[in-house]
Amino acid sequence: MLNRLLAFTHALRNAGVPVSISESIDSLRALEHIRFEDRTAFRTALATTMIKTRSHEQAFDALFNVYFDGGGPADIDDLHDREDQHHAAEGAESFMDELFESIVAGNGGTGGMGELARRAVGRFGRVLSSPSDSRYFEYPVFRALDMDVLLQRLNEQGAEAAGLEGIDARIAGDRFRAAVASFRSEVRAEVQRRVARRKGPEAVTRHSIRPLPEDLDLATASRAEMDEMRRAIRPLARKLATRTAMKRRNATRGGLDVRRTIRHSLSTGGVPLDISLKHKVPHKPELFVLCDISSSVARFARFSLMLVHAMSSGFTKVRSFVFIDTIDEVTHLFEDDDLFVAVDRVNAEANVVWIDGHSNYGASLERFLDLYGKDVTARSTLLILGDARNNHRAPREEALKELHSRAKHVYWLNPEPKAYWDTGDSAASRYAVFTDGMHEVRTLRDLENFTAEVLT
Amino acid sequence: MDPAIDASLVSVESVSDSLSSTGYLPDAAIATIVFLAARLNKPLLVEGPAGVGKTELARSLAAMTGRQLIRLQCYEGVDESKVLYEWNYRKQLLRIQAEQGQNWDQLSGDIFSEEFLLERPVLQAVRSDAPTVLLIDEIDKLDMEAEALLLEVLSEWQVTIPEMGTMRAVTTPLVILTSNDSRELSEALKRRCLYLHLDYPDLEREKAIVLQRVPELPETLAEQIVKVVQSIRELELKKAPSIAETLDWARTLLHLNVTTLDPETLQRTLSVLLKFRSDLSRAEQHLDLGD
Ligand SMILES: Nc1ncnc2c1ncn2[C@@H]1O[C@H](COP(=O)(O)OP(=O)(O)O)[C@@H](O)[C@H]1O
Ligand SMILES: [Mg+2]
Repeated sequence: MLNRLLAFTHALRNAGVPVSISESIDSLRALEHIRFEDRTAFRTALATTMIKTRSHEQAFDALFNVYFDGGGPADIDDLHDREDQHHAAEGAESFMDELFESIVAGNGGTGGMGELARRAVGRFGRVLSSPSDSRYFEYPVFRALDMDVLLQRLNEQGAEAAGLEGIDARIAGDRFRAAVASFRSEVRAEVQRRVARRKGPEAVTRHSIRPLPEDLDLATASRAEMDEMRRAIRPLARKLATRTAMKRRNATRGGLDVRRTIRHSLSTGGVPLDISLKHKVPHKPELFVLCDISSSVARFARFSLMLVHAMSSGFTKVRSFVFIDTIDEVTHLFEDDDLFVAVDRVNAEANVVWIDGHSNYGASLERFLDLYGKDVTARSTLLILGDARNNHRAPREEALKELHSRAKHVYWLNPEPKAYWDTGDSAASRYAVFTDGMHEVRTLRDLENFTAEVLT
Repeated sequence: MDPAIDASLVSVESVSDSLSSTGYLPDAAIATIVFLAARLNKPLLVEGPAGVGKTELARSLAAMTGRQLIRLQCYEGVDESKVLYEWNYRKQLLRIQAEQGQNWDQLSGDIFSEEFLLERPVLQAVRSDAPTVLLIDEIDKLDMEAEALLLEVLSEWQVTIPEMGTMRAVTTPLVILTSNDSRELSEALKRRCLYLHLDYPDLEREKAIVLQRVPELPETLAEQIVKVVQSIRELELKKAPSIAETLDWARTLLHLNVTTLDPETLQRTLSVLLKFRSDLSRAEQHLDLGD
């Protein structure tokens, strides 16, 4: 058991969860106080001692599943599947009916889909690679059981089948969506448990433990992962804003702090020898964000715009501009304060295609200088976001050079891996020389680090 | 020092039962983690959105153990003089004036003594003879300096006042720290604590909480209320409704003698649940309430 626990801790660390030695010891101490057979208590004892941030919970859940629920002899699955034989005759269609009915009957809540998921994996998830070796996968399950079809059917007939009316019928959709999502993740967990039983937990974690939302690659993230990242934006912005405020407060001190001064003076008989100073109101920079929103970098642009506006209180002013082959100001879109609506509107409403919709950094920078250059002063910080892929057009870096000389700082965030810079039509270093730095930013964590360390 | 002197803390079950009998309905995780915190003698960091019962948990813990609740409400700018102690300057200055001409060594010994000491919550907990519950509420509002100061006390359980010497805790308090997660707390602090992530409760528990706090409410209505609230929470909102808002809404509906939720009632009362205009219209759209 101890070995398994150590292996689990090790796997957590590999997944990016920083479990310290003292926390590891705490987990052992905690286990002394609970009954082993009590799975929930066992799990809670490990979680409360090792997981100290919400965003690490998912990695914990996935790993706990394979290290502690995945145990047992490998052939137990075959045994169970044989017990399920009387169901095995049923085809995908009747299984879908069963799923539908079970969800309508309200079995979608936490854990409710576990039994069905187990059967689904045994019935549809097995791929025979040789007569003696069967392996399990998720994809054949969902090829046989199309979740989109199920969800559509639930939305069309579910409320009526459940006898719901009025408000209950209107919000039934949420319950259905949650139930389908829960079935999906139960299937995934079941497949992982089976793999763990056959090949050991390490075999699972090597491939299928997902990175934390802040470490997902913006360029390749799936829709669901994008949703996770969207949820991460606001807390992230709040964190950054607080950090900024704190940093500014500590950086500059001003005026006399009477209370502190008197306090110190008491040890010198009431004579104020040491003077304490209060914090001075800090200067906030004024931020110009210039975003390439052509399709190659559109996602990255969205996240950056959301993040910058979510923390706009950290700046005197944030002005946003988007471009493809020409540039347009979109600051007003963020004034109604709903980030998600605003970024959607950016794509629909900004006037950024002038000729052909291929990025033209040169033309866009030049036009920015013409139209807005007069507003750029020694108080301004310019943030340019894009891959600097100019489709072989003239880079016209003089425009950037001029902006650089006017502004306090110019930074460039490039969502491409550094190794690709300057390859093909990338003009990365031709621009980089007229900035205070070009940074590779591929994940939310990169964005966070840049913002925390450089921008504020 | 032994937390087991509290009968309510001897097992997960007794924690669960005792919390329930104070009116706080825990789930299995809450009860287990509180039990472990008491057993391992470790501070408990409770993190989660506003209004999910973080503060109330500390209050209920105090009530169930019969311990005194000592609360440090954090806000920006809290420093040592609000956390540990402060000298009563006015009184000290008056004494200095009254004793003009007296030997300074003698005088400073006098004015830096118990009589002039203002105890703040953490020192109070350290010096208390009877075991206490120390609630450090909304610690995410503290700045790093103050957080570091707290961390020191939480690891040593002693406070040094240069003029008076070192004071050691006689009993270790049960410590609850809460955070709305507005910023990342230091790794060092988190390592020292057990962690409880409090989120919105599931349907059954939220319904139970509503019935517990608004017992006059018909059960079917309570269920409808909670279903609607939980459905709204899934939307992308600026401020999702918390348990506190569910309770407000339940009380409002009871007051209006509503027996079942229909679109008109929803339309009329939804603003109890949602404070932002944009959130309201999003919810109305979601619930298909025409205007
Ligand atoms: N588990 C619970 N059982 C009973 N009431 C609860 C529970 N959780 C929260 N509440 C109620 O919800 C309200 C908000 O709780 P509070 O502790 O103030 O939230 P927080 O400190 O997390 O912002 C309180 O009125 C409390 O009575
Ligand atoms: Mg509170």
